[in-house]
Amino acid sequence: MAIPAVAVYSFLYLYPAIQNLAYSFERWDGVTKPQYVGLHNFTYLATNDDLFRKIVGNNIRFTLIVVIFQTALSLLFATFLLKNTKTTILLRVIYFFPTILSSVSVGLIWTFLYNPNFGFLNASLKAIGLNKFALNWLGDSKYSLYAIALTQVWFHTGQMVIIYVAGLQQIPADLYEAAEVDGATRWQQFKNITWPMALPTTAVVVAYTTIQSFRAFDLVYSMTQGGPLNSSDLIVTSIYNTAFSSFKYGYASAQSIVLIVVVLLVTWLQRRTLRIDYGVK
Amino acid sequence: MFYKWTKNILLTTFALAVLVPSSIVVLGSFKKDVEIYTKPLALPKSWSLDNFRNLIHTGNVFTPFKNSVIVAVFSVFFTLLFASLAAYAISRMTTVTGRVLFILFSLGLAIPGQVNIIPIYHLFVKLHLTNSLLGLILVNIALTLPISIFILTSFFKDIPREMYEVAGIDGAGHLRIYRSIALPLSRPAMGATGIFLFVICWNDLLYPLMLITQLDKKTLPLTLIDFRGEFATSYSMLFTAIMVASIPMVVMYIAMQRTFVAGLTAGAVKG
Repeated sequence: MAIPAVAVYSFLYLYPAIQNLAYSFERWDGVTKPQYVGLHNFTYLATNDDLFRKIVGNNIRFTLIVVIFQTALSLLFATFLLKNTKTTILLRVIYFFPTILSSVSVGLIWTFLYNPNFGFLNASLKAIGLNKFALNWLGDSKYSLYAIALTQVWFHTGQMVIIYVAGLQQIPADLYEAAEVDGATRWQQFKNITWPMALPTTAVVVAYTTIQSFRAFDLVYSMTQGGPLNSSDLIVTSIYNTAFSSFKYGYASAQSIVLIVVVLLVTWLQRRTLRIDYGVK
Repeated sequence: MFYKWTKNILLTTFALAVLVPSSIVVLGSFKKDVEIYTKPLALPKSWSLDNFRNLIHTGNVFTPFKNSVIVAVFSVFFTLLFASLAAYAISRMTTVTGRVLFILFSLGLAIPGQVNIIPIYHLFVKLHLTNSLLGLILVNIALTLPISIFILTSFFKDIPREMYEVAGIDGAGHLRIYRSIALPLSRPAMGATGIFLFVICWNDLLYPLMLITQLDKKTLPLTLIDFRGEFATSYSMLFTAIMVASIPMVVMYIAMQRTFVAGLTAGAVKG
């Protein structure tokens, strides 16, 4: 019964993945015959390619910002929206809304909001007298990566709020009642009950957000295409450009092997530190 | 008091952060470009449907819409079919084979689908599957099988063993048990997974970007990208196109909110 799934999956997932590994040891422009170059692509990536090093740095910074802000915000909002009342349910529905939009739509809407000349963001900042902060968000290499990270947080915080609410609602209410009786402050309750009890959920949220940030492509492609000056280039956009603009297929494959290694490494590290149990229940 | 104020201010701020951009898009789809630039949040001077008419007239939104529907519907149907069959097999097999199959598909969760773009591209050039909706459907099925099998297997494992055993005693074969017991019982899980898959297929950019160049084969995300002009973007047309592209999702979200949220969060938690 598993035959159709195994067939499609082997032919269009596992086989390409193995081929990808093979490509990474070759120099290939897609036209002439591929040439076996051993580990050359990898040694070049590690020692000579300043641009790729910058891009990996970008991706790490992007991931850290998104993970920290998205996790903190969604946990905060989830603690506010824990009880099921009309208002909290309505707010959860609103917060979740961006998740159903396509990333291209989100990218293009934010390109409009960020526009330095007529964008809504700068218009609002100027209206309240903060002219100093009306920046060229996507056009300045100092801010482009952060602007995209902010969009990413806007995009997925609502989804994480829902995950947190589900997790926090599992915490027995008597724990809070007992703390209340003992005169614990809100902060103490959060620190000693919510935070430790929500740790498994945090693990899920952090793991998902991290992987998602390392896989990010759509927002960058629709907002800046990696620019200006590669300031917002991420690993997947780099793989795409190396392969389909520069036609260095072998080199692009080597980059994608790096991506796999990074993702596996991060997953492993997080499992160790956060002790996630991924097993099927 | 301080807590309550901070809480309300923060909650309102984020709600506005979601509602304001959304309103700009909805209102903008009825406006002319200038009106969007000068008064993005004001109600349109007249609720004219010119933008929608233009969009239909130029014809470059109807075809991608149709293509997106075809790709999403077929991808989701076959992924659900293949994944549920495989998940049933895995959850029922106590032998080594079941374990091996599960590990095989788990590999797919460890390898991000994006890394396969290069080999898939060359394979599809050879098979003449570029500029083909069938090609996109096949890619979607392959990419989403691991996560779907993962979600459905955990669900099938929760169905009490006795249900299967009773059917087995009554002489029902595996296909029969799958069809009359596993499937009906897993309708909520299938629905949630289906929506999760639909969103992925409907919104995918990377693979269509690489595989599709012909205008009549483009899907909605590609068309939206094309609306971003080289020098100037017509935001009235872009916002209208975004509206059209988002309507199926919004309708589904409103009609099946519970399943929708369950599907998208299950995808995140299990993935």
